[in-house]
Amino acid sequence: MEKTVILQLKNITKRFGSKVIANNNVSLDVYKGEILSILGENGCGKTTLMNMIAGIYYPDSGKILINGEEVIIRSPRDAFEHKIGMIHQHFKLIDIFTAAQNVALGIENEKYNLKEVNNRIKEMAEKYGFNINLDKKIYEMSVSEKQTVEILKVLYRGADILILDEPTAVLTPQEIRSLFKVLKAMRDDGKSIIIITHKLNEVMEISDRVTVLRKGERIATVNTTETSEKELTEMMVGEKIDLNINRTEPVDTKLRLSVSGLTVKNSDGYKVVDNVSFEAFGGEILGIAGIAGSGQKELLEAIAGLNNYDSGTLIYYHPKKDKPVSFYHKTYKRVMELANENAFKDSNGNDIKFDKLTKKEIKNLVNEEKILFKEDEVIDLKNKTPREIRELGIRLSFVPEDRLGMGLVGSMSIIDNMMLRSYRKGKSLFLDRKTPSDLADRIISELEVNTPDSHTAVRKLSGGNVQKVLVGREIAAAPAILMTAYPVRGLDINSSYTIYNLLNEQKQKGVSVIFVGEDLDVLMALSDRILVLSGGKISGIVDARTTTKDEIGLLMVKSDKNEVTE
Amino acid sequence: MIITFLMSAIAIGTVLLFGCIGETITEKAGHLNLGIPGIMCTGTVGGCLFVSLYMNGLENPESASWLLLILSSLFGAFLFASLTAAIYAVITITFRCNQNITGLAITIFGNGLTQFLMHSYVDKSNFSTAGKIIAKSLPFAENAGGVVKVLFGHGFYVYFAILIALIATFIFNRTKVGLNLRAIGENTATADAMGVNITLYKYVAILVGGGIAGFGGVFYIMDYVKGSWENAATIEAFGWLAIALVIFTLWKPNISIIGSYLFGALYIAAFVFGNISFSGREILKMLPYVITIIVLIVTSMMNKKENQPPQNLGLNYFREER
Repeated sequence: MEKTVILQLKNITKRFGSKVIANNNVSLDVYKGEILSILGENGCGKTTLMNMIAGIYYPDSGKILINGEEVIIRSPRDAFEHKIGMIHQHFKLIDIFTAAQNVALGIENEKYNLKEVNNRIKEMAEKYGFNINLDKKIYEMSVSEKQTVEILKVLYRGADILILDEPTAVLTPQEIRSLFKVLKAMRDDGKSIIIITHKLNEVMEISDRVTVLRKGERIATVNTTETSEKELTEMMVGEKIDLNINRTEPVDTKLRLSVSGLTVKNSDGYKVVDNVSFEAFGGEILGIAGIAGSGQKELLEAIAGLNNYDSGTLIYYHPKKDKPVSFYHKTYKRVMELANENAFKDSNGNDIKFDKLTKKEIKNLVNEEKILFKEDEVIDLKNKTPREIRELGIRLSFVPEDRLGMGLVGSMSIIDNMMLRSYRKGKSLFLDRKTPSDLADRIISELEVNTPDSHTAVRKLSGGNVQKVLVGREIAAAPAILMTAYPVRGLDINSSYTIYNLLNEQKQKGVSVIFVGEDLDVLMALSDRILVLSGGKISGIVDARTTTKDEIGLLMVKSDKNEVTE
Repeated sequence: MIITFLMSAIAIGTVLLFGCIGETITEKAGHLNLGIPGIMCTGTVGGCLFVSLYMNGLENPESASWLLLILSSLFGAFLFASLTAAIYAVITITFRCNQNITGLAITIFGNGLTQFLMHSYVDKSNFSTAGKIIAKSLPFAENAGGVVKVLFGHGFYVYFAILIALIATFIFNRTKVGLNLRAIGENTATADAMGVNITLYKYVAILVGGGIAGFGGVFYIMDYVKGSWENAATIEAFGWLAIALVIFTLWKPNISIIGSYLFGALYIAAFVFGNISFSGREILKMLPYVITIIVLIVTSMMNKKENQPPQNLGLNYFREER
């Protein structure tokens, strides 16, 4: 069947700043009455490209043609005039309004009559098979109902081209099925639908054609029937790049953390971490790969105690073997309990008999550091506060997308940011500024932080330097487990290597490093083992030395296919 | 005495009602205007100034027209109050300064300016004559007693306030303008994405809200205390009560009609029932604030989204900030 081209992109280029090229010379055709998938890894420019069609961004160069005529789209309103509507990943809805009120918001040239709006919504719902309760307020709705309202909003404005940004990311398999049904009904009605996604099985199921983007460039556009998941994965991840990271064999590995059956639900009751079990060892780097939002953040936060988890256990092996017990962390009562469990020995390796000693003698022995642990201490992290967990030596340095969101306070100086972690240790009435100041100077010189001095507000530093300060501070605390997420996000290659080397050093010191990364090449070159998350579940744990990018890529996009297609 | 008490309660309630509606409109646009007490003050001086200009132009002040007096007081109050609100609007909308600090500054400024202008520039000689005319009620209620007097014995402003409250409720709930305005207060970025002109709506809401609040002050001086202008200093206190009232009435102007009379009753009870001790009187005057705190606690515990403050209240909006 001959198809008409409705939307054309010609040589679109978009830069952010001078360095980052989000889209480079991308050309694309969209036909009337088709579903086109835009496939690619994180940060490959999928969303940016679509935002330019929807009027959020404006291209630096290139043309957009609708029905063969060149158009200029400068705002979402312009996009609506050209019958283009985008459903964003983060819904733009007013919580206390009903569906009809949200749909009517901002519409001009039409009388305000909610009954009329409701009637038209009902018509559309029947036509395409939506399921919607018109009496509910948005805040009473489930995620999929909210998404329905977003789609209705766009349809109500008469859109013929619908763009959906990761529409299935937050839906249950059943909801995905009904969404696909709706999308197919709209396609058969002559609408053009563009889906941004990274889930291969969905691409295969729903789309007529697939466009693959990699690093801002269009790799290929293929008909779904003429391709395979394997071919698409190869196009998506590209060839392996050889990175020169000096990876040593893990030596003297000891179990540090044992996670079993961990499940975390978000506020909507959706499982963001689903029955995750793994072990992390000292002296190795455990990489965590996965599409953004697969539960990496929630997993790390649960371990760090920042997030409540719904079920599962977190057992931490406190590296205390041959180290003395102290009253700093343990009360007398707890020491006696441990003694009854026969956890202690003296410096010669002999068992200690506490029952012959008086309370005072025991206290003296502890204070003289003569009572040593036989083995690593086993600690259940349940019911521990984030502060207790941190003091046990589990450190989290998470670099969020806005960089300053967690861990550092932008308007405070480097020294003050060091102090955030140390002020409780002070014994006098006044703050100890000397130690954090020394630490700040040490980090600045060792990690080559580019800053006028240690009194500069962190906000004024460039991204890479901010990250060095954050990672540097957590490493300085000599942790037993160092969790770091996206530490090289947005960094140039040299700064990245500084951070990789830091992590390698920590590994050699026997620290258990958990590294959440975006770039598969780096993950494969740096880690010893790679844990792959997909939709909150572990889809595989692979040996980083022998795995291939295709293997990880397939694991990353693996989901319970049967559930979706059945 | 019960009649006097109810009459005074409604009168004080009317002062609060104007302030409360003004603040509610402003807050629906996402702006917490703590300048309302000051704006009510400048509204007072504006109304008084135009009344005196009109009266001084007459040969015989006794023959002043009721309609023109009402109009000149309304116009003057609205003009001065919305001009003061405009200062707040420019600082918070255009320059995106902190709303709380700006509001407090406006209150201090407005109160000071009012004292200064009232003492030095406004001719107060005909105020008591003007006050008597403005406070006129419908003829049949003037000498009536009992319920008729309580319901119909007030001047124009009392009914005007109720009217504005009802109109505001209608606009919020039944019109596109109200929908857009509420959307801005709830989630400015969403309203922006849907093509609502954020800046225009915010300016209009703050200016109109300020102007309406200004009516409260001029009503108090010209109607309730019949032109004794020395009382202008108490208007700031009414402004704070009005802001508390907004919370008490859950941002709903129709509820605020009843709420304001209740607050007015609590405020005035201490003065009308003279046999209360000094400490008892002060406790009575505190009650509105105590009730407000209780309402705040109860509504946030019930956690019903419709009864919460506008979600983006107090946050300045800048499109490019994410």
